[in-house]
Amino acid sequence: MTKETVPVNHKIFTALLLTSGLALAGCATKPKELPPQPSGAATTTTTTPPVSQPMGPVPGTQADFVASVLGDTILFDTDRYNIDSEDQGLLQSQAQWLARYPGKRVSIEGHCDERGTRDYNLALGERRANAAKNYLVSLGIDASRITTISYGKERPVALGSDESSWARNRRAITITVQ
Amino acid sequence: MKPAFAALIAAAMLAGAALPLAAQPVAKPAQPVARPATAASAAPAEEGLTGSVTDESEWQDLGIAIPTFPTNEMLPTAADGGNTEALGRNLARVIYGDLKNNGLFKPVGPDALPKIAFGEVTAPAFPGWRARSAEMLVQGFVKSAPDGRLTVGCYLYDVALGSELARQGYVVKPEEWRRAAHKCADMVYARLSGESPFFDSKIAYIAETGPKDHRRKQLAIMDSDGANHRFITNGQATALTPRYSPDYSKIAYLTYLNGNPRIFVYDIGSGQQRLVTEGKGPTFAPRWSPDGKNILYSMAIAGNTDIYRVPATGGESIKLTDSPGIDVGGSYSPDGTRIVFESDRSGSQQVYVMNADGTNQKRISFFGGRAATPEWSPRGDQIAFTHIAGNLRVAVMNPSGGEMRYLTDSWQDEAPTWSPNGRIVQFFRTTKSTGRTAIWQVDLTGRNERKLNTPVDGSDPAWGPVLP
Repeated sequence: MTKETVPVNHKIFTALLLTSGLALAGCATKPKELPPQPSGAATTTTTTPPVSQPMGPVPGTQADFVASVLGDTILFDTDRYNIDSEDQGLLQSQAQWLARYPGKRVSIEGHCDERGTRDYNLALGERRANAAKNYLVSLGIDASRITTISYGKERPVALGSDESSWARNRRAITITVQ
Repeated sequence: MKPAFAALIAAAMLAGAALPLAAQPVAKPAQPVARPATAASAAPAEEGLTGSVTDESEWQDLGIAIPTFPTNEMLPTAADGGNTEALGRNLARVIYGDLKNNGLFKPVGPDALPKIAFGEVTAPAFPGWRARSAEMLVQGFVKSAPDGRLTVGCYLYDVALGSELARQGYVVKPEEWRRAAHKCADMVYARLSGESPFFDSKIAYIAETGPKDHRRKQLAIMDSDGANHRFITNGQATALTPRYSPDYSKIAYLTYLNGNPRIFVYDIGSGQQRLVTEGKGPTFAPRWSPDGKNILYSMAIAGNTDIYRVPATGGESIKLTDSPGIDVGGSYSPDGTRIVFESDRSGSQQVYVMNADGTNQKRISFFGGRAATPEWSPRGDQIAFTHIAGNLRVAVMNPSGGEMRYLTDSWQDEAPTWSPNGRIVQFFRTTKSTGRTAIWQVDLTGRNERKLNTPVDGSDPAWGPVLP
């Protein structure tokens, strides 16, 4: 992944926007998975950040995306692809980030658990990715900025053969593309 | 590249038929041949030798002796063994392996039997074989011609009757020596079981290596007994769900080659491949029509998957299904008039049948649980599928959805495909937790189950037809 260099003054500006966005999103929903704390977010409000030591991820990057949104992953029930209220809050935070960086595009990966047949899971993963995409589009994100890809059951993140692992693998994950 | 099995004397039961290759006759028969294998498979075996094996009948344990195939003259050959004498033993070993592994017979191979003289091939020493309790006897010979080509003769005898049941002769290039052995095993199998042959066929599958979360999946091919294994793709891009074209010249399969899942049609001769369609959405679940002229594929547009048909040579796609649910897969009836496929339009995966043009779509699975990956038997009388009710199991039903029964009972068995004669179902089994996969075969009784030996883990097996 290539790192972007951003002018420092711009960085302060976006960091401020970022924290306010997070606060809004935090009120809107109760995240099912707490995102990693945006590192350095608490200190970015200081008006004189040290120039030589950037705090937090470079704005607009994948790392920044992950640090800024409530989560990059929404989860699904067995064979389902609906966006529930928890997913909505999470996707809203993604939409806010996308609104902040109109030049950025994302790919949404749809995945399934191992307890299904291969072809069907490819179709189901595509359906899940599109469900997430459609929700982002309904929030005003241009559809041309979002691509989808299904990996079916080919790329599990949880490796057990049990309910909790399967629950984690039934997912749609949003990844920024440069 | 053309399969260079040029001069196979296929027709080749010498019985009655005028030999196309009169210049290379197989040894003269001791007595007239009973009947060609093709005829034997069409009609039940007579004379009470064996009954035709049907789905319901018990498999039999028929003792078959297969001694080393002697040669008239020990000559060097490029085939395995290095000379015709060693090759004769290898031929008998391959035949033994074929017949042993389908559960129907109890063969005894060349390593446990005395050698026979060349002259004995057409004049068996029946009393000696009776003393060994052999009921059937497979003898043969191998000769090498000056141009390196091999002539293999294959004879089947009924030991109790002391008579010949069938014979065939094959002329093969040295590198195709195994095909002569498979053809011989096919002759024996067809003559004794009344079924169509299937050993001389190939399997395409996905070779799997690596940990569960970084599984490397390569397209690979092999003979029906696992020999002549070859990787087609290098594993850089995930490959899935291959299907041989009926003439073995191409393989349609899914690959993430360009990042997105798409079906490519790979030409085995040239090594070139092309997209099955230039459509925008991801394509998966390729299936050939029985005549090889069309390919069914499934494509997702805006998250909705439907089944399409496209000429195998490329061209315009026809959309066959149009439900808001996931319609996926598809397998033609042997006559090409109907297609069985999978859809979740009712709320869960179930099996449907439609006409080949997409009309008259009807659900046929009504027995609880989910029913997926239907594959029509080449005989037309059965549909194999994956039944999901907790565990995944391989099952069969008739084309109306009746007489559903399980063939396997394991944690996760899926994706059944048929042997060319519709007698064996092949599938892959996944091990709980580890995610290790293996290719398995089971006969229609469900009693004879065996794991196919592959160099690494294997999934998505697909059988091709019997080679001409």
